[in-house]
Amino acid sequence: MRKKNRVLPGFGLTMGFTLVYLGLVVLIPLSMVVVSVSGMTLKDFIGTVTDPRVTASFELSFGASLTAALINAFAGLLVAWVLVRYEFYGQEVVDALVDLPFALPTAVGGIALTAVYAENGLIGKYLALVGIKAAFTRLGVVIALTFIGLPFVVRTVQPVLKDLDRELEEAARSLGAGRWQTFRRVIFPAIMPASLTGFALAFARAVGEYGSVVFISGNMPMKTEIAPLVIMTKLEQFDVKGAAAVALVMLIVSFFVLLAVNLLQWWNGRYGTAG
Amino acid sequence: MSPAEPALIRYILTGVALLFLGLFLLIPLAAVFVQAFEKGVAVYFKAVTEPDALAAIRLTLLVAAISVPLNLLFGVVASWAIAKFDFPGKSLLLTLIDIPFAVSPVIAGLMFVLLFGARGGVFGPWLTAHGIKIIFAAPGIVIATLFVTFPFIARELVPLMQAMGSEEEEAAVVLGANGLQTFFLVTLPNIKWGLLYGVTLCTARAMGEFGAVSVVSGHIRGETDTVPLHVETLYNEYNFTAAFAVASILAAVSVAALAAKKIMQLKVER
Repeated sequence: MRKKNRVLPGFGLTMGFTLVYLGLVVLIPLSMVVVSVSGMTLKDFIGTVTDPRVTASFELSFGASLTAALINAFAGLLVAWVLVRYEFYGQEVVDALVDLPFALPTAVGGIALTAVYAENGLIGKYLALVGIKAAFTRLGVVIALTFIGLPFVVRTVQPVLKDLDRELEEAARSLGAGRWQTFRRVIFPAIMPASLTGFALAFARAVGEYGSVVFISGNMPMKTEIAPLVIMTKLEQFDVKGAAAVALVMLIVSFFVLLAVNLLQWWNGRYGTAG
Repeated sequence: MSPAEPALIRYILTGVALLFLGLFLLIPLAAVFVQAFEKGVAVYFKAVTEPDALAAIRLTLLVAAISVPLNLLFGVVASWAIAKFDFPGKSLLLTLIDIPFAVSPVIAGLMFVLLFGARGGVFGPWLTAHGIKIIFAAPGIVIATLFVTFPFIARELVPLMQAMGSEEEEAAVVLGANGLQTFFLVTLPNIKWGLLYGVTLCTARAMGEFGAVSVVSGHIRGETDTVPLHVETLYNEYNFTAAFAVASILAAVSVAALAAKKIMQLKVER
């Protein structure tokens, strides 16, 4: 724990600048969504956010994001495990590649996934053989959101797995626990909070995602239209207030997910092995 | 070392993990370059050197050149305040800094339309009366990018500076160094790799931002199209080869950013 520090200069100046910049770039613009919605009547607001096209987009955005985050929770755990525990040729390259969805512009990811998963694409044509249509369906939305959320679980679980005390596992083994039992009873509880944090972050990111989805989804209203696209459409029709109403609902959901992440991180710091 | 799994299980787990990464990351990444060069090198170079593409590249570089230094300044100043001092509400402040990570890029763009838009923006009438254009012009693109890339450098530096502690800086101050000397001569050498990594990430994101910029740009070809928006324009015109050619520039930048990250990480570990 750090103690109170009065030797170093610059607290007032740096803190003042931090708060002013934060206010100008983040807080004031964000509050505009609330200000704009407060100019609507309650009836208009409820009418806008319960419009069938809007609720269908919420259902798709939240449902597909949940599915994608679940896929990433399992696959991410596996990738983190393989990267930390095993050694194989090209490991460092694979480890670097995991961050690709963070670094690659979402529009580029979007057109690339569409090209690969379209019916004539490299993977899409094999899916078509077994009768699965990926691009321009809800499956396409899930694929794009899985891509975008992939690094989160890997990157939250990896450091915890690295720091995990191997002696605990050895103790479990010498007390007669099998390999699977050791994983389930000793390793899994330790990495659970980190996996949940990664899951929640992947979900939050997926709900708001736009660029990687719009190319592969086909954007059919009521079917494959995500919530951010509904905001975009309303803006194109100069329905600024309607756009703000949909945005407010999404912001409230993001707020609760962020709150959950913070609670998880606190839990992680308390019970997990990572500080 | 605890006993590892039997070799067979190890191979299966590694295989499944690599298959997953291959299907979702490697094949799509490779597809960008394959599609870009599908019709040959000449078509590729024509697509990336035509005037609209060059205008998009210039705009993207301009946006990054303004937004990255501003967020770098914020990141350094904020991490000094947060990592070197104790004050109530620190975790709240960190959560507030994280907000842009959790807000949909489309909502980020919307916020600035609500502030500066000619139709429905709070400052819209005033800006119109004074002939200032923010939305559907370069300033709007810069501001939206500033918001989206806001946390990157601060988030990289705060944990790093917290882990370093303050003893070295305190010694410098006690020995008579002023604040700026302390920062540049003592703190900066310790955080340079993390700083560079944060700047790399921030730059990659600033050049690649799509959703937020898409809302505020207005898509005027050759004027307010950034590189990612130009990719979208070409793609929607069914000019796929040109779209992937321009996209391959961004993909190359992000692969370079990943490589740079790995090299810095290995340097820090050493």
